[in-house]
Amino acid sequence: MLKYTIKRVLLAIVTVFIISAVTFFAMNAIPGGPFSKEKAPDPAVQAALEARFNLDKPVGQQYLIYLKNLAHGDFGISLKTGRDISQIIREKFSVSAKLGGMAAACAIVLGLLLGSTAALCRNRWPDRLIIFLTTLFVSVPSFILATILLLVFALQLKWVGVFSTDNPNYILPVISLMLYPMSYITRLTKSSMLDVLGQDYIRTARAKGVRESLVIFKHALRNALIPVVTYVGPMIAGILTGSMVIETVFTIGGLGTEFVRSINNQDYPMIMATTIFLAVLMVIATLISDLVYKLIDPKINFD
Amino acid sequence: MNYNTDKLPRKQLLSLQLDLSKFEMASEDEKAQHETMRESTTFFRDGMKKLRKNPLAIMSLIVLFCLVLTIIVVPMFYPYSYEQMITVNGKRDKTAKNLAPMTYSKNELKAMEEGQKIFPHLFGTDELCRDYFIRVLYGARVSLAVGLFASLIVLVIGLLYGSVSGYFGGKVDMVMMRIVDIIYSLPDTLMVVLLSVVLNQILGTALQGTILARVGNNMISLFIVFGVLYWVGMARLVRGQILSIKTNEYVLAARALGAKSGRIIKRHILPNCMSVIFISVALQIPSAIFTESFLSFIGLGVQAPMPSLGSLANAARGGMQSYPYKMVFPAIIICLIVLSFNLLGDGLRDAFDPKLRR
Repeated sequence: MLKYTIKRVLLAIVTVFIISAVTFFAMNAIPGGPFSKEKAPDPAVQAALEARFNLDKPVGQQYLIYLKNLAHGDFGISLKTGRDISQIIREKFSVSAKLGGMAAACAIVLGLLLGSTAALCRNRWPDRLIIFLTTLFVSVPSFILATILLLVFALQLKWVGVFSTDNPNYILPVISLMLYPMSYITRLTKSSMLDVLGQDYIRTARAKGVRESLVIFKHALRNALIPVVTYVGPMIAGILTGSMVIETVFTIGGLGTEFVRSINNQDYPMIMATTIFLAVLMVIATLISDLVYKLIDPKINFD
Repeated sequence: MNYNTDKLPRKQLLSLQLDLSKFEMASEDEKAQHETMRESTTFFRDGMKKLRKNPLAIMSLIVLFCLVLTIIVVPMFYPYSYEQMITVNGKRDKTAKNLAPMTYSKNELKAMEEGQKIFPHLFGTDELCRDYFIRVLYGARVSLAVGLFASLIVLVIGLLYGSVSGYFGGKVDMVMMRIVDIIYSLPDTLMVVLLSVVLNQILGTALQGTILARVGNNMISLFIVFGVLYWVGMARLVRGQILSIKTNEYVLAARALGAKSGRIIKRHILPNCMSVIFISVALQIPSAIFTESFLSFIGLGVQAPMPSLGSLANAARGGMQSYPYKMVFPAIIICLIVLSFNLLGDGLRDAFDPKLRR
């Protein structure tokens, strides 16, 4: 287990480094810089600005300087707004985290519920309905879903308010962010639940006269959860990046919107910071879910 | 013919030994009846039989077929083009802006009163007075082409890489798989966005004047992104398949019977992993279409006059309340395509995946 953990952690660190390097050099390969779009820049001013942000040095050296600052926890300042990036990230991420957290929680709870229901009512109408709906949800791009939800429920029927900073109404964004992972978890839970229900130990438990609810919750569901755990890491990654789209549709000022904007502005430190921040989050999420998977599944050996 | 009962050992009183004199020989007719009348079937034919029994898969196959046929045939004789404004009597018709489905503009109505025949705008027109039906058709064309081509790239790279890695094994395998692990753990959406921005800018100047420029650098960069990032899943799948099939007993049995490796690969390894690979390709297509529409959504998709379903839907978001149909048509088509591919993929898996076969 220890060896496996060390291997995974090392791999995660390498991944983060590669992401930072790819992002840095790719970004610098874009012709033009953050200051070349300004109107009629005075060459002296531009040179001074570039020197201020080390943009006049060779790219490799810039990268080393950046890594050094990063090691001190310094993301630098945004070239467009001049604000401290750590502060921007903290502020925007609290919004994204709230949205993503709610969506992830709903997706897991509802997915497990629907999945087990479908498995227990196999080939009857609840199963058919759930599978039909989840297949449908998996096939709709999130931005189309979000736009349609916004149009129908917020603008036409006026059942829920439109998201605004003073009246943050998370219902629709959470629903549109949640449906895809929820459908996926539902299908995953259903197939793994069916697999588990056919096992010998379930028959044994029933033969012993264990109550049906206990059989389902204690014996079946707990074992059926194992494959679901592996999906949770990538799901969090998906929700974090998927929120880019949802945030734009609902005009929620989160990290996703910030990422898209910084790319359009060529705001180098901002692109770097958001990419590395999100990448680290995802790598950690995947790492944890993999480790937990190994931990809870006794059938897996660690090598 | 009779049995000579004397030749049989004497029957003990309590023995269960059969008394052969009580039996008759079967006639040739009766023998023929007992022969199983089923033809020998191949893996592919058996799978197709199963697939044909799956109504959802067949329906999605029909839907896809009709769609592809429409996309190819209809633009050939459709009177409007996807990038040009509607013209009446050789003049550009500026009144034909944002028409609702099946309506005509003022100029067109006038021309019709004069006795001209004007083809109706099935899906209305867009904000630049272009016929929307043909734009949606071209959008579906672009999206499908992107999906198919991207999946093809993924298939080729993944197949080559995975089979090399799985076949050679050992150190080569380890190094190759570490590379795959790293690419696999990259946050793909972030990388897709970043790479397409960068490639767009770089390719824009590099491609000028070549044939590729006509495809558009956004598309090319999209394909490159797929070639760089998305092949890893396929490579892992292929490697895993080859590794696990290589150690199966029937391969060992074939080898023990003296089969050459060429025959083993052709008869045993390939048929068993091809099905899984094809299923994964079928499921890769909708994911490529999703990625394309996502990129179009944040403004990194196909180039301006050319439509894709994603960019059409994105453009429609602006006038969503006034012209909902502009959102509805591309949305329906995109869902139809993705749904069909998903159902088809599921059906193929049920029919062809050796693990699920019974």
